[in-house]
Amino acid sequence: MGEAFTLLGFGPEGWGHALLTAGLTTLAVSACAFACGLVLGTLCAWAKIAGPPVLRRAADIYGVVLRGIPDLLVIYLFYFGGRQIVTAIANQFGHTGPVEISGFVAGSLAIGLISGAAQAEVLRGAFHAIPPGTLEAARVTGMRRWTMFRRIIAPQALRTALPGLGNQWQSVIKESALVSVTGLVETLRAVSVAANSTELPFLFFLAGGAIYLAITTVSGLVFRIAEWRAMRGQPAMRVGG
Amino acid sequence: MDLAFIAEVFPKLLAGLPLTLSLAVLSLSGGAILALLLSGLRASSWLGAQFANFYVYIFRGTPLLIQIFLIYYGLAQFPALRHSLLWPLLREPYVCAVLALMLNDAAYTSEILRGGLRAVSSGAIEAAKVAGMSRPTMLRRIVLPLAFRQALPAYGAEVTSMVKATSLASVVTLMEVTGLARAEVSQSYRAIEVFLCAAVIYLVLVTVITRLVHWLEARLSTHRSPALDRSPA
Repeated sequence: MGEAFTLLGFGPEGWGHALLTAGLTTLAVSACAFACGLVLGTLCAWAKIAGPPVLRRAADIYGVVLRGIPDLLVIYLFYFGGRQIVTAIANQFGHTGPVEISGFVAGSLAIGLISGAAQAEVLRGAFHAIPPGTLEAARVTGMRRWTMFRRIIAPQALRTALPGLGNQWQSVIKESALVSVTGLVETLRAVSVAANSTELPFLFFLAGGAIYLAITTVSGLVFRIAEWRAMRGQPAMRVGG
Repeated sequence: MDLAFIAEVFPKLLAGLPLTLSLAVLSLSGGAILALLLSGLRASSWLGAQFANFYVYIFRGTPLLIQIFLIYYGLAQFPALRHSLLWPLLREPYVCAVLALMLNDAAYTSEILRGGLRAVSSGAIEAAKVAGMSRPTMLRRIVLPLAFRQALPAYGAEVTSMVKATSLASVVTLMEVTGLARAEVSQSYRAIEVFLCAAVIYLVLVTVITRLVHWLEARLSTHRSPALDRSPA
């Protein structure tokens, strides 16, 4: 037990610093991926609600395809496929040999793409929960589209979307573990390295699990507080009433 | 796009489909049984409910990949286990992958089942009691079928997500569709073509499952008009 504490601690023998950095990397990848997903999701939700038919169809296909492919495969496609493309371009310009690309960038984009498909559905549902009267009122007062989006649609839709977006954030954190296959030293990769060199795999994978659990638990609490704050002053809502 | 290359790769990847399917079927059935046990435990006592909640919290709060690693690499840390009779089984990547997928699926399925059970109306249960049904008969004929119908859409999503999750078994050396694709890429360096082929296989598989679930949903709700079916229960 004492040995375990030394190994997980911040002393010279400990892996504490490595694990802390890795945990922060997990957070950074997840945040970038979630932001990508939110932008993509918003665009797709817009395309599905009010976009021209071509874009609407494209958004539908994007959703179906991304929901039908394993996350790991999407990450492989972005990382190894991206490397293939970049290498081909570099070879055109006289560079020889394979070119490495960033696991962080490829991973965040891949997970962002996966999450975007799900976030689009959350946001679309939230848009449809906006009382139509508020939209009519905004139109009648002569608001322009962007103002209406900023002042009427976004604040109301985000409130309804908050629980769904919270779930998406939790999925993104868990999916970020898959980015370890690109060699990026996030939590899972760091504990794998530690498990190998100390020959204590159970201890370190358990520690890794604890790091993820801590992140998902704390962010779950943050989202619950945010939901509670967003609901202040609202009459108790009946779901689907 | 090199069509000849794709025609060559596709059958190679399809060879991994039986393994993908067997991983999915085994872990889904094991997960369903475990989920039923968890639900029983939840209903049995306060302590049982606490355990079930804790189980769900742990397995839903951590990535599946780390659960697979914990079982596949982690268990080797214990000499007692390494010298036990179970070891020939537990060092097999297939067994470890199924075990991890099963335990993970149980957590999600038990939550889905909980939602389904909550939707069973107290009237139906009272009617069954009044008709003199014993508890097991009531569970088998009234509660579980109603809960199953209610939980079907969510469970369908869980089935497809488990089929997709079997791709993680490739990380512990199993040669299912993703594993074969990975091996093919390390030989041919043509990542885009190969992974897109694999993606098509999964996409078709998931689409077939989604259709089946929709068909089953429609079949199990013939008594409802389509309009009523959309109303929240």
